[in-house]
Amino acid sequence: MKKIFYAFVFIFILSALFTGAAFAQGDLPTDDEVNAVAHQLYCPVCQNTPLDVCPTDACRDWREQIREMLAEGKTEDEILQYFVDQFGDRVLSAPPVSTKFNWIIYIIPPLIILAGAIILFRSLKEWTTPKAAEAAAVEVGSGSSSPSDDYVARFEEELKKQK
Amino acid sequence: MIAEFGYGIALVSFLVAVYSVVAAVYGATRKSAPLVESARRAMLLTFPLITLSASALLYLLVNNHFEVSFVYEVTSISMPTYLKVTAWWGGQAGSLLFWSWLLAAFASAVTLRKWDRDIEFLPWVIMVSSVTLVFFLGMVIFYENPFTRFWLVNGNVEPHMFAPAGATVFTPQDGNGLNPLLRHPGMVIHPPMLYLGFVSSVIPYAFAMAALITGRTDDRWIRLTRRWSLWAWLFLSFGLVLGGRWAYDVLGWGGYWGWDPVEIAAFMPWLTGTAFLHSVMIQEKRGLLKHWNMILVILTYALVIFGTFLTRSGVLSSVHAFANSPIGPLFMTFVSATLIASIALVIYRWPDLRGETEMKSMLSREALFLLNNLLFMSVLVICFWGVIFPLISELFTGQKVTVGPPFYERATAPIFAGLMFLMGVAPLSAWGHSTVKTLGRAMWKSALMALVVTVVLFATYTKNIIALIGFFLIALVLLVTFQEFWRGARARQRSQKENFFTSLSRLMGRNRRRYGGYIIHISMMLMAIGILGIEIFQVETQGTLAAGESIQIEEYKLVFQDVASWDNNPQQVNYTRATIKVYEGGQYLGDLHPRKDMYFSGQPMSIPGNRSTLRDDLYILLVDWQPISSTAATFKIFVNPLVNWLWIGSLLFLLGIIFAAWPDQDPAEETAHRSITRHANQASAAD
Repeated sequence: MKKIFYAFVFIFILSALFTGAAFAQGDLPTDDEVNAVAHQLYCPVCQNTPLDVCPTDACRDWREQIREMLAEGKTEDEILQYFVDQFGDRVLSAPPVSTKFNWIIYIIPPLIILAGAIILFRSLKEWTTPKAAEAAAVEVGSGSSSPSDDYVARFEEELKKQK
Repeated sequence: MIAEFGYGIALVSFLVAVYSVVAAVYGATRKSAPLVESARRAMLLTFPLITLSASALLYLLVNNHFEVSFVYEVTSISMPTYLKVTAWWGGQAGSLLFWSWLLAAFASAVTLRKWDRDIEFLPWVIMVSSVTLVFFLGMVIFYENPFTRFWLVNGNVEPHMFAPAGATVFTPQDGNGLNPLLRHPGMVIHPPMLYLGFVSSVIPYAFAMAALITGRTDDRWIRLTRRWSLWAWLFLSFGLVLGGRWAYDVLGWGGYWGWDPVEIAAFMPWLTGTAFLHSVMIQEKRGLLKHWNMILVILTYALVIFGTFLTRSGVLSSVHAFANSPIGPLFMTFVSATLIASIALVIYRWPDLRGETEMKSMLSREALFLLNNLLFMSVLVICFWGVIFPLISELFTGQKVTVGPPFYERATAPIFAGLMFLMGVAPLSAWGHSTVKTLGRAMWKSALMALVVTVVLFATYTKNIIALIGFFLIALVLLVTFQEFWRGARARQRSQKENFFTSLSRLMGRNRRRYGGYIIHISMMLMAIGILGIEIFQVETQGTLAAGESIQIEEYKLVFQDVASWDNNPQQVNYTRATIKVYEGGQYLGDLHPRKDMYFSGQPMSIPGNRSTLRDDLYILLVDWQPISSTAATFKIFVNPLVNWLWIGSLLFLLGIIFAAWPDQDPAEETAHRSITRHANQASAAD
């Protein structure tokens, strides 16, 4: 029984110590900590300005709000979520994938680029398929020569053109 | 009086431009040379006319005619005269007139050339430039009139062009003045540079359309407009670089490029322009890709119009702003109409635009150029999509979203890496044919040396994997490009028996576009060093200091001395300037003075205190201070490593383009020129 009592006392003291430590740390968060969060947010009034560098008074107030929330022990995600709830998705630096619609922004460009790549490689393949007669007729340079020969040949050809 | 005069002349030039369109089309279809000549003269007439109209506006701007609403918006009594002049493009109405003026100048310059065997292009070139001119002048006359004045109507002040019944002119005491952010020298020349770039892209487009309409789809139109495309690209690039420098100096967020829609608007035609400059070489050398070059020119034109509209109107901020702005839907209609008409023409001429030869191998230079085009188009897709997505989102879900730098950076970084790799490979590949073997043999030395550089950097400078990949690619491109200079000069030296430097300079002089292009590649790599530096290694901190206190960032120790505030009444601004002593390793380096200007209009402006070296920039912003005691202040401090290379690269970049675009007389022209001067001399001797 005593052991349990001591254990309780021990845990009590320990937790008290920790709470004390937590309070001691509860000084106001530094500007850098605030800016780290603010940098991920976009000012809801000024266009395209991250909150950490926005010079307006409104943004200064919002930064102070972040500082208070950090002091209260809120996590970064909680703070971001708070601003999203207040002002909508536009405060985030990129559309969140939480809504189905926003997936479009991440999907469309790769799809278009992929389509472009496929078209390009198909056409390249089509073009490079040897059509014996034609290929022979328009042959320029020789494939078998070494690269430096090729280079010199190219170079001299250009020199000739210049003359 | 002057306002009515300016407006009247603008109206006349509009009508003249309309006439020139009609006469050109009618003359071309009826094959009537006098009608086409009449269209040409009408086109030429628009330039002096718009010059007159613009002079009227300048007169109003310089002489404080605040009864004119545009003058009221962009100038104030306290502004110096040169700023009043440049306020011409400080607002939407004025900049549309400026655009029209530039277009009239360029189109006139083109129509004045000797047409000889290209005469069939002439009416259509006139038509395309005049249609564009009609559109912009129409905007000026009907929607964004810079000559509108304030009138006192029954006690209310209203803007109207002409006096409403019983109204008297209302003249405000002073104007609003140009947005202080725009008073920076960079911002004074940045818009005209962009506009020069925008407007000169109209000319290649006009020739492309002429080629499609007349069916002369060989590469004649490309040869005629080669220099225009290069100059357009030069001005656009210059505009972008100036914009970046301005942002770094004035906007006060420690960066130079924020992926803002307005910046992207200027960047997009640059992307298609860059792709065009590369792929056009394939058409010249190999007669391939004619469809694609047409599409690139058309896209550039469409993006130029789109960009003009984006930069000034601010309508992309929301769907409502777009729908409510009188010119939003009009611009969109014009862009779509010209786009559809142009693409229809390309499809109509599709069979004529077939390639003349076949492609030989997947690694030939033309194939690599195609890959380069694919990558540029990918960046374009990402940019375009990022710019319009907020509108789409708002339209369909009612939810506004921001598409900020993280989106663009993540999406485009691998593509830029791919482009750098191509820059390292393509110069070594041959037209027509290359294999892995030939490429490998040409490349391995450079690749190995680049690898050594990377290993050294890994050991001494950074362990960041992205940075190392970047530095490897930079080293590769630099080495390959220098090798190209070396090999070319050596080969010439051997065959021509000259010394190395003569060989090098003659080689470059004879192949301006090619070696100008290589200079541009080198400058791009210098810029890449700066971009990698600031993007990956930027360090920032923020702190509040009392007088005498210090803060440490990287190797720098900053000691805050004092902060002072004072009003400058004539300039309508309050300055607050801090003094900071900078030390590195105990050694005193000098003072920095970050400044905050608060204009009485409420516009703040942060001027950083910046100490710039090749190693890094120490960039200090004054964020806040105690207004009463003035003994404590908050600073945001950045250390931006290597960023100076961005500006050095930009300078070299501009030199490279100028080198490539510099008019060199081709031998035939030179002979002709000589014989003309000889005749002239003989004639004058005979007198």
